[in-house]
Amino acid sequence: MPAPSDTQPPDTAASPTFAADDRLVAVAAGMEVPSEVHEQVSSEKPVLEIDSFNLWYGQKQALHRITMPIPECKVTALVGPSGCGKSTLLRSVNRLNDLVQSVRISGDMRLNGDSIYDRGTDVIELRKRMGMVFQKPNPFPMSIYENVVYALRIDGERNRGVLDEVCERSLRGAALWDEVKDRLADSALGLSGGQQQRLCIARAIAAEPEVLLLDEPCSALDPIATGKVEDLIQELRGTYSVLMVTHNMQQASRTSDYTAFMYLGRLIEYGPTTEIFTKPILRETEAYVTGRFG
Amino acid sequence: MITGLLVFITMRGLATFWPVPLEAFQLADDRTLLGEVTDRERIANDDGPPISRLLVRVDNYELTGQHYEWVDDTAVVNIEQPAWATAVERLEGGRFHGTPQTFYEDGEPAAEGPEATWNRFTAVHPQVRSRYWQARGIDKHDRGRVQRELRAARLAVVQADLDRGQDSPTYAAAVAAETEIQRRAAEEVRRFDEQTAALRDENARYEIGFVTADGIDVRMPVADIVRGWQPNRLSWSGKLAVYLDRWQEFLVDDPREANSAGGVFPAIWGTVAMTLIMAVFVAPFGVLAALYLREYASSGPITSAVRIAINNLAGVPSIVYGAFGLGFFCYVLGAGIDELFFEASLVADNQPVFGTGGLLWASLTLALLTLPVVIVATEEALASVPNSMREGSYACGAGKWQTIRRIVLPRALPGIMTGLILAMARGAGEVAPLMLVGVKKLASDLPIDGVFPFIHPEREFMHLAYLIYDVGFQSPNSQAARPMVFTITFLLVAIIAILNIAAVWIRGRLRRRFETQQF
Ligand SMILES: Nc1ncnc2c1ncn2[C@@H]1O[C@H](COP(=O)(O)OP(=O)(O)OP(=O)(O)O)[C@@H](O)[C@H]1O
Ligand SMILES: [Mg+2]
Repeated sequence: MPAPSDTQPPDTAASPTFAADDRLVAVAAGMEVPSEVHEQVSSEKPVLEIDSFNLWYGQKQALHRITMPIPECKVTALVGPSGCGKSTLLRSVNRLNDLVQSVRISGDMRLNGDSIYDRGTDVIELRKRMGMVFQKPNPFPMSIYENVVYALRIDGERNRGVLDEVCERSLRGAALWDEVKDRLADSALGLSGGQQQRLCIARAIAAEPEVLLLDEPCSALDPIATGKVEDLIQELRGTYSVLMVTHNMQQASRTSDYTAFMYLGRLIEYGPTTEIFTKPILRETEAYVTGRFG
Repeated sequence: MITGLLVFITMRGLATFWPVPLEAFQLADDRTLLGEVTDRERIANDDGPPISRLLVRVDNYELTGQHYEWVDDTAVVNIEQPAWATAVERLEGGRFHGTPQTFYEDGEPAAEGPEATWNRFTAVHPQVRSRYWQARGIDKHDRGRVQRELRAARLAVVQADLDRGQDSPTYAAAVAAETEIQRRAAEEVRRFDEQTAALRDENARYEIGFVTADGIDVRMPVADIVRGWQPNRLSWSGKLAVYLDRWQEFLVDDPREANSAGGVFPAIWGTVAMTLIMAVFVAPFGVLAALYLREYASSGPITSAVRIAINNLAGVPSIVYGAFGLGFFCYVLGAGIDELFFEASLVADNQPVFGTGGLLWASLTLALLTLPVVIVATEEALASVPNSMREGSYACGAGKWQTIRRIVLPRALPGIMTGLILAMARGAGEVAPLMLVGVKKLASDLPIDGVFPFIHPEREFMHLAYLIYDVGFQSPNSQAARPMVFTITFLLVAIIAILNIAAVWIRGRLRRRFETQQF
């Protein structure tokens, strides 16, 4: 899906440098600014590389030339004001945006070196290599057990032993096993919201994905359930590569290794979480993460 | 409004079979009437206050020439309820009201007086009835079987002629087989004649004599009597027994007397079978069409045109569907099937098999008629499946069809069932198109029976809704049949209700499985 060339942004490398204060103003004025990407990010081995990615909803551009590597086996948090394109970026990674008719894109992403937007890419196979958890829990109208093994079922797995094992491993991984182990055959819709969200996480990790995409996984949960899901993300670190959208700065600082700050469809600053929260390059970033923004 | 309608139908329908007291009216003109009071009204009187009058069900049609008579209050001298007044349901000629007088065996009086006569009658009647049923069974089943064998042999001859010509050995063999079967059939028919004659002769020995309220003696064979009762003598439980007996006959027997008496079993069967077959056809087609429209067709002018067309189909008068069913299913599809597979029947006696109305064609016609209902309901059900679920499924790596089959359809199932329920309710009460495509006033052979191949979807059938029309408005004595109309209507409503309750129950079970919990 090549974009018309007249809407292509100018080459950022040649752009003049801006005074730190003016960056967001410049972005709002429609100008292009370079992203500040900390050194340490590029030293990590990336599992997912986003490469000059642009996306349009109809005439409206929602993502502007996003270039960011996502490190392997680390938790990367995406933060930014509402409507800045975090969900859009996440949904672009597993090509869920293909389902939206008006979407056009340019640029590419690579999952462990395999192009995501190449013409020859099998979208179904690609999605099987990723897991996604949505803002609102969306368990399927079936039993808890079937929810967890859904990805295997659609692959035609029938071996009860394999399914049982995956089910238990995923539910344990999602810290839900003890609560539901006696009612696996019950409808998943009878679980509480927090349990449903952890079930969705279990479903997402059942097929051992290469990347886990979490879109505000705690936004519909109470503090206790949120705490459980955060603990869970902590445990997943090291095993899975996680890309997580969040609006909660404490959550980002507690759970993530890297944090990316987005604004109006641009990547503004991206670096290790400790640096972003304690000594960011840009004052805008500091203002946002400390809540003095806008 | 609806409740009032249903209560009215239910009350009238349930009351039909309850034994009502028989009252003897002594009139000023010296006549005496014996009958049930069925109605009461006040009419204007030119000179004086309005007078009230009664509608009395007198029956004894062969004597009185009418089933009902209006009696002015002023003309009545005396009213009483004679203990032995008896109502008798006969096989033919409608009901009879009178007092039992004499019981005859072999033409000789065997008992005199109401009580003795009636005791004798109740003792003999069950055996007489069972002999009657035996004879009828022979007439219907055994003779029917012989007729079918003869016809099959005849068709085999014609088929052999068509396939191989008259000079072929096959033809000769078929002719020989037919001759053999004819010989055997003649033998069997002779045996049947003997058996039925014996049964009927035995039954003819018993006769019962009644005297009417006007003192006329009437003698009738016991075998002609379906049942008799003395409502004035009966206790409450005795009345209940008569009531239940009449309901039982109504539900499980074939109709008698131009459908105005007896049972309606073939019509119940036809209604239920047709509705279910219709549902079996309309469900997959409707769901597939809706799936295509909602999930696969890209939204464009063509899709909207199809949608508009479907909505318009829902507004087409149902008789138009009947005409289409007759023209397309019977005369095109049916005739085509006949030409391919039943040529012999056409050649032998020009009798179409599928080329005329029948259960299958009627069900298909109604399936067509109710298709828009199912499509629209299914589309709505599909649209109500939240997008988040589809996305969740896609994100797991499911394809489109997998998502539809595993997530969307199960979620939409209750809504689809609702559409099907509406379709069934609409289809079961439809009469106009059915009259063109296979519903008959009387069709004693059910489309399913013990005769190979057991299911005969080409057969014509009876339907309760059509029976209402036929009994209520086409019957020679429509007033006498009027209570039946209410009973049949009640039954039709009850059957539709039962079908719907069953469907609602299934839907409820499905829904419980997919119940969404909000938090
Ligand atoms: N299907 C769509 N069609 C058109 N525009 C869309 C669509 N989805 C999102 N957008 C627009 O794209 C922009 C980015 O939306 P997105 O949902 O990615 O924001 P977000 O950063 O996730 O916000 P939030 O934090 O509120 O979830 C918004 O301006 C939104 O209006
Ligand atoms: Mg979002």
